[in-house]
Amino acid sequence: MSKRRGTGLATVNYPTGMNLGGDPTQALIHSTTTGNFVVTLSSTDLGQGLKTAMAQIAADAMGVPVDNIIVDTGDTDTGPHCMGTFASRGTHRAGNAVIDAADEARDVLMEVAAEELEAAPSDLEPDGDGNIHVLGAPDRSISVMDAAMAAHFEQGRTISGRGIGFKPKSDVDPETGEMDPDSTEAHATVVTEVEVDTETGEVDVLTVKAVYEIGQMVNPALVDGQIIGGAWMGMAHALYETTDPYYPDIDHKPGSFGEYSLPGPSEVPDIEYEVLEIPSQTGPYGVKGIGEMSATPPIPAIVNAIKDAIGVQITEIPVTPEVVLRALEDEKESSEEPPVAENRDGGDEP
Amino acid sequence: MKELRSVGTSVRRRDGDGHVTGQTEFVDDRSFPDLKHLHVVRSPVPHAEIEAVDTSQAEAVSGFVTALTHEDVPNNIYTILRLIDIGPNEEPLLAEERVRYQGEPIAAIVADTKRAAMEAASKVEVDLTELPAVFDVEEALEPDAPTLKEWGTNYFEYEGHECRRVRYGDVEKGFKEADHIIEERYQTSPIEQAPTETTAAIAKPESNGRFTVYTNTQALYFSLDNTAMIVDVPFSKLQFVGGTVGGGFGGKVDVIVEPLATLAAKKTGYPVQYKFTREEEMQVSSPRGAWRMYYKDGVTDDGEIVARQVTSYADAGAYNRHTPYAVTKHAANVGGPYDIPNAKFDCYCVYTTKQPSSAMRGFGVTPASFAVEGQMDKIADELGLDRWEVRFKNAYQNGDVTPHRKEVEDATLIETMQSAAEMVGRDLPPEYATMSSFKEQDNEGDSRV
Amino acid sequence: MSGKIVELTVNGRTVEEIVDPMEPLQSVLRNKLGNMATKTGCKQGGCGSCTVLVDGEPIVSCLLPAEAAVGTEITTLEGITPDDGLAPVQEAFRDHFAMQCGYCTPGMIMTAEALLERNPDPSRAEIEDAISGNVCRCTGYDPIVDAIEAASESMNGQGDDGA
Repeated sequence: MSKRRGTGLATVNYPTGMNLGGDPTQALIHSTTTGNFVVTLSSTDLGQGLKTAMAQIAADAMGVPVDNIIVDTGDTDTGPHCMGTFASRGTHRAGNAVIDAADEARDVLMEVAAEELEAAPSDLEPDGDGNIHVLGAPDRSISVMDAAMAAHFEQGRTISGRGIGFKPKSDVDPETGEMDPDSTEAHATVVTEVEVDTETGEVDVLTVKAVYEIGQMVNPALVDGQIIGGAWMGMAHALYETTDPYYPDIDHKPGSFGEYSLPGPSEVPDIEYEVLEIPSQTGPYGVKGIGEMSATPPIPAIVNAIKDAIGVQITEIPVTPEVVLRALEDEKESSEEPPVAENRDGGDEP
Repeated sequence: MKELRSVGTSVRRRDGDGHVTGQTEFVDDRSFPDLKHLHVVRSPVPHAEIEAVDTSQAEAVSGFVTALTHEDVPNNIYTILRLIDIGPNEEPLLAEERVRYQGEPIAAIVADTKRAAMEAASKVEVDLTELPAVFDVEEALEPDAPTLKEWGTNYFEYEGHECRRVRYGDVEKGFKEADHIIEERYQTSPIEQAPTETTAAIAKPESNGRFTVYTNTQALYFSLDNTAMIVDVPFSKLQFVGGTVGGGFGGKVDVIVEPLATLAAKKTGYPVQYKFTREEEMQVSSPRGAWRMYYKDGVTDDGEIVARQVTSYADAGAYNRHTPYAVTKHAANVGGPYDIPNAKFDCYCVYTTKQPSSAMRGFGVTPASFAVEGQMDKIADELGLDRWEVRFKNAYQNGDVTPHRKEVEDATLIETMQSAAEMVGRDLPPEYATMSSFKEQDNEGDSRV
Repeated sequence: MSGKIVELTVNGRTVEEIVDPMEPLQSVLRNKLGNMATKTGCKQGGCGSCTVLVDGEPIVSCLLPAEAAVGTEITTLEGITPDDGLAPVQEAFRDHFAMQCGYCTPGMIMTAEALLERNPDPSRAEIEDAISGNVCRCTGYDPIVDAIEAASESMNGQGDDGA
């Protein structure tokens, strides 16, 4: 048999956000006449689902149904500043900005409702279904829509708020490297099982079993997407991808999906995972983030599993079939050598 | 804390219906009358002096509108991090006297169609005198390597140092106290973000003297600010519209297409689209950089890491882009999620004559994790210890201090290991099964939630 | 370049268009007929984002000269989207979160549509094989395979309880 199986383990941290130059994202929120709330941002949705996640955070921060949240993003004429979607910062920074903005708007909403209900704002609470109640008096309530109408046309008030998620600039000490480069850390443990064909050098990733701790999840289905997509991308980085396989002959750089090696749908391993939610100290509702992280731990877990399978540590990626075969060959040569190298002193050869 | 009703639930994607009907509007799904297309003339070699650029043959191509060279760029500095005072300015938008990587932009052609722009671009004659190239980070630091930068070295200078340094404790003392020294060299590859939608922008002149720039950048204001500085228009004259991106992964943090599209729109008065071909996306957009890392760990007989020394080299390619910052982030992560009492890290940002690398999912951290976890297994295997237990023994806990002198908070590594052990059916010794990242508290992990 | 008038049947409607020699069907669909659901991920035939159906077969429209499609039935994603909602495959993709950035989604759905038309009850391996020419960089494919499986079940009347 030329197929050997092995199991690999990797345990990692992943930082959220950055420190350089200060790291802000802003949000504005305002009520329409009918009690819908427009969240205005200039943040970017790369596909991770930021538009959806921000609607969810805004809904809970305002205490209204998610369907009453309109997310308007992607225009610098209307949207307040955002540093951008990178460094796993989107949900963390924009989420904090949305909560900050919603807090201000919610205070106004409660003041408006209080006037309509002839109660103190501190005695009011939204029920999340579109109504505001007087605590302890279930029959005294007003709908968010009616409160918004009253604000616009009777009380002459704007229900709006401004918010920012901000990490101040943290300079790096050039001598010691002392710095505060992130806002929180997510963590993961990944275990993979691989099968290595020692005749062809091919590696088949059989299973990926993972536990991610990412703070509060905003949308579990979107988190699932990051974990599964990340497992695939990590496997691709570990075993397939490189833009310069033939340096120094750079004319062989890949220029198409045909030439750039990626795993396809049938190479996807069985992926099993669990998400732990231990709230962060700085994120919106305890969010940490998972955008970048999920593509990392599968890489060392796969490479460590290959070592477990063939008994040779491979220290470069991608682990192409050629790399596996050369590693096996080197191992074979070194194990066939006499136990003492010829250039050493002493005459203790067997 | 407010009651969470929507957060924590799998509500449908807001863009779901748009995606499945194909009606989500991506940059080049917009159409404009008189839209012109831009294509770039690139260096065929990795390192050369530019002797002459002749666009006269290109001008004869049917559909040709205009050609741009560095002389058309008001402020020919494409150094994106200068917005946050990270210099020096070292990359041009269009090359002037020298090219430093194969594919470096030398001129741009604007034409009625993409096909015409590509045909005209192929007819631009560039007279080059080739210079020696260097493709390896350590070779680039040799004294006889071709020098790529005006300041005479091939590395980025960090406040007077040739590398980003981390110094914590006394690493030499740690090595003396160690029972074993575990050393290894690790190497990662450069990889392409490969978003299915290539990088693109359309710049449209408006009647009020402004420009609307439709873009798939990951960072609208960052792109706007850089574009305004390069094209030399007041910031107020630009409106950037985007927010919907066909995959980013870090590749669309660069500000590659917006300045040239805006410059071309300004020069011609037409809306101009600059969309990377797939070949450009693969070959000249910034990939994840390759990293070489040398690890040396001092370890006790029972597997405790008492000292770690790392020398690492990030291959920035020909220009900075975001790599100087990736190296700083890397320096904060080469210790991994472990308690390292003595550390010495030297992390270099090195220039080679390769396409500039930049941001990608895992920016500086992914290579560190790859090396760290290789080390953890190597330590376990060479000392004959259990791979899980070596990690538990060294796992950082809240309140520990990292080599970059930050007090650890939000640590939960131990908890993920415990859950993973359960998932794969692995029994842990009681000391690890009951361990917690929260030293001060009891082990009822959920009590803090 | 000299154009030529050709007659194309797209989503059941026959239109006349001036096309350039060797102009890809993709270009005509997008730039002349406004079918923007047909995406342009590579123009090399390598990513599948421009997949349309030509007489029911999934074809990368960036490699097919428009002239070669004369006399065929061309179907784009717009053509399978009902006026009053979503087709079962579209619904399954949405409900299973079988997309992130959405750029590969139209081509992926057209490929799935063609598969389910000729094989209403495909195995997972058959689904994986069918979509192997469509590149997705976000999802890791599993959610897409799940969605196509679910669409098959719902189209066969076996019901689907969603994601």
